Amino acid sequence: MSMVIGDAKVDARGLNCPMPIVKTAQAVKALASGQTVEVLATDPGSVKDFAAWSKSTGNELVEQSVDGGVYRFVMRKK
Amino acid sequence: MDEPLNLVLFSGTDDKLQAAAILTAGAAALGKPVNLFLQYWALDAFTKAKIERDHGLAPEAGAEGRAAVDALAKEGQAPWAETLRQAKELGEVDIQACSLSMDILKLEETDLDPLVDGVEGVTAFYLNAGEGQIVFI
Repeated sequence: MSMVIGDAKVDARGLNCPMPIVKTAQAVKALASGQTVEVLATDPGSVKDFAAWSKSTGNELVEQSVDGGVYRFVMRKK
Repeated sequence: MDEPLNLVLFSGTDDKLQAAAILTAGAAALGKPVNLFLQYWALDAFTKAKIERDHGLAPEAGAEGRAAVDALAKEGQAPWAETLRQAKELGEVDIQACSLSMDILKLEETDLDPLVDGVEGVTAFYLNAGEGQIVFI
């Protein structure tokens, strides 16, 4: 599976709810439609949060993976 | 999703204010407008003189609760005022001081931290609340 390289990056490792989503939303605000942001997070709650945020805002969750307790999400701005 | 989330903040302890700040930030991240109405001890916590201070925790926290909250703060969790500042940058968050509570606490608008956008009465709060839910913290 090829990995999408994000146009922007958010390192939310070590941050608790709601910061992973807040920082991602801030980053997405600065993107043009179609651009992507790559997010790293360690908060296990972020899995459901990013799915919900994607569903609610219409920004697509393009990729999601986990590696040694670090979650990686790639979101595309609608 | 377009109806505002309306939070009436009454409690002035750091745990409840943090919970309110997180609820606010989450809504802001979803594009949902948020109206905060500050009353009593919550309003007191938003004064310039007191906003950076320790406001304690609700009685049910106990010593264990205190230790747990301190541990999270040590890990880098932002204080509630900072979470609210970020929420304001992100979305439509309006923070109003209850005019009656201003009277009770003998406060002037200049006493309030810049986070507070203005002073209003309950009628204006209800008007701005629209069809959105109202939560009391």
